[in-house]
Amino acid sequence: MSVTDVDTVEAKTATDVRRVKKGEFRSARGLLAPAVIFLILLTQIPFLVTIGFSMIKWNLLYPKDRGFTGVDNYVTALSSGALWPSIVATVLITAFSVIMSLLFGLLFALLLDRQFPGRAVARTLMITPFLVMPAAAALIWKYSMFDTNIGILNWVSRSLHLPVVSWSTEHPLLAVVIVLTWQFTPFMMLILLAGLQGQDKGILEAAQVDGAGTWRTFTWITLPHLRMYVEIGVLLGAVIIIQVFDPVAILTKGTGGTKTLAYLLYERAFIGLDVGEAAAYGVVTVVLTIIVATVALRTLFKVFMAGGSR
Amino acid sequence: MTSRTKGNLVTVLTWVLVLVFFFPVFWMFLNGFKPESDASSVTPKLFFSPTLDGFRAAFDRGMQGYLINSLTASITATVIAVLLAIPAAYALSIRRVKNVEGALSFFISTRFMPLAAVVLPLFMILKTLGLLDNINVLAVIYAGVNLPVTVWMMRSFFLEVPFEIVEACRVDGAGLFREIVRIVLPLVLPGVAAAALICFIFSWNEYFLATLLTSSAARTTPPFLGSFVDGRGQFLAVLSAASTIAALPVIVAGWVAQKQLVRGLSMGAIK
Repeated sequence: MSVTDVDTVEAKTATDVRRVKKGEFRSARGLLAPAVIFLILLTQIPFLVTIGFSMIKWNLLYPKDRGFTGVDNYVTALSSGALWPSIVATVLITAFSVIMSLLFGLLFALLLDRQFPGRAVARTLMITPFLVMPAAAALIWKYSMFDTNIGILNWVSRSLHLPVVSWSTEHPLLAVVIVLTWQFTPFMMLILLAGLQGQDKGILEAAQVDGAGTWRTFTWITLPHLRMYVEIGVLLGAVIIIQVFDPVAILTKGTGGTKTLAYLLYERAFIGLDVGEAAAYGVVTVVLTIIVATVALRTLFKVFMAGGSR
Repeated sequence: MTSRTKGNLVTVLTWVLVLVFFFPVFWMFLNGFKPESDASSVTPKLFFSPTLDGFRAAFDRGMQGYLINSLTASITATVIAVLLAIPAAYALSIRRVKNVEGALSFFISTRFMPLAAVVLPLFMILKTLGLLDNINVLAVIYAGVNLPVTVWMMRSFFLEVPFEIVEACRVDGAGLFREIVRIVLPLVLPGVAAAALICFIFSWNEYFLATLLTSSAARTTPPFLGSFVDGRGQFLAVLSAASTIAALPVIVAGWVAQKQLVRGLSMGAIK
């Protein structure tokens, strides 16, 4: 076989490959299309409509009085004094809940990573709060835990001769954070426990042999190894909790600094019936979330793409 | 202190903490079986004569209708999401679409978009079309909400299919449909099941959209539970019984599928 022959064969194979690839891309796009179109219809288009709504004057109480107002709704939203406290509430609730559930999650992950009697049962009981329907969780906490008369927390206070606390009215923010922390601790625990169990046992043993104590092994080997898992947990947890609505609606109805953006929008649109202004809040919420999500996405891609590409 | 006693102490501490965390669930379960006076007693009652009155009262309030609606919405949403996600995940893993990252970020960005931003137009459009309070419409919306996560999760399972198997099957001249249904799907069935489970759980527990887009005919269980907030008088036993019924399917499913749950919750990032 001459050199040219080889070249032709290779060239031919190359075009074949390219042709196959092209066809493959086309069919792959066809496979992707239904999901993409479905999502565009359900999320992108409604969001564009929200932007449209945010620029018209439209209160359902005065249906005749409708028209284009440009940025008026945004001006109203920004100057009403409701937006800023709402942003603060959303950020505080999200930050505290994520941090607390992360710390408790880490504690439980470390405790459950050991061998001990009934470990499987303990783990199973531990994940349960995450599985309880959030509406049910908020109600159970509101009445059987937080209530001044029949709540367990206050029964404990009374037994210890401490003052009785009306949790959801005196400390509404704390009450919401407690419930969210309780629900999301198992979420963090599951992710961190998977991280702990994915550790190279050889390295840990080597560290022990080298005389590194438990604490040093933990801070120098385990924690850096857990970093990726912490990132995943924090990002996904934050993205879910930032939209928090259920515990607010059930525990506090947005009182006492717990009016999150989702609740504020709900209130403006479905109680105040002001479509235009509510839409403006919606757009502001998205802008804020985009800021969080861009940071989140960048990190997520670093994490996911590391092992993901073929 | 010997390391053995230390170990035992840590075990005891672990169990105490676990039981403290589990307590609200246990208490909910227990209260459901108490007579109303015992459930609402100022001093918590651990011993009582169990009754099914709470459960009966929950069903007297029409709970089974809400449960059926929840079941319909969750199952329909899961089926739609899974059917749309399988080809998409396949395209994003085994076949390679141009710009995989672009497609993946598109999917996930729709999940990051707050529901609050889309609920208003959805409400208005559905209202205009007379489709508010329709359980199938709610199911379609749930499918859309959960589709991105479903795609991401499934993709991570699809990526584990050995490419040689797919290649061999292509050499044998199998068509695309056969390739997916006969070769790939059986291999990724646990992953599809995990994605379906997560989709079901999220739909079953969803409160915000259900509250806004349904009123009576299509009302699901979470807003039904929410209506207890405005309840008058003694109702803790009924509330606990209703909450137990509402939470139980997901709790049991989650207990059974613990391993898959981890991967599902981390969208496949953790194996």
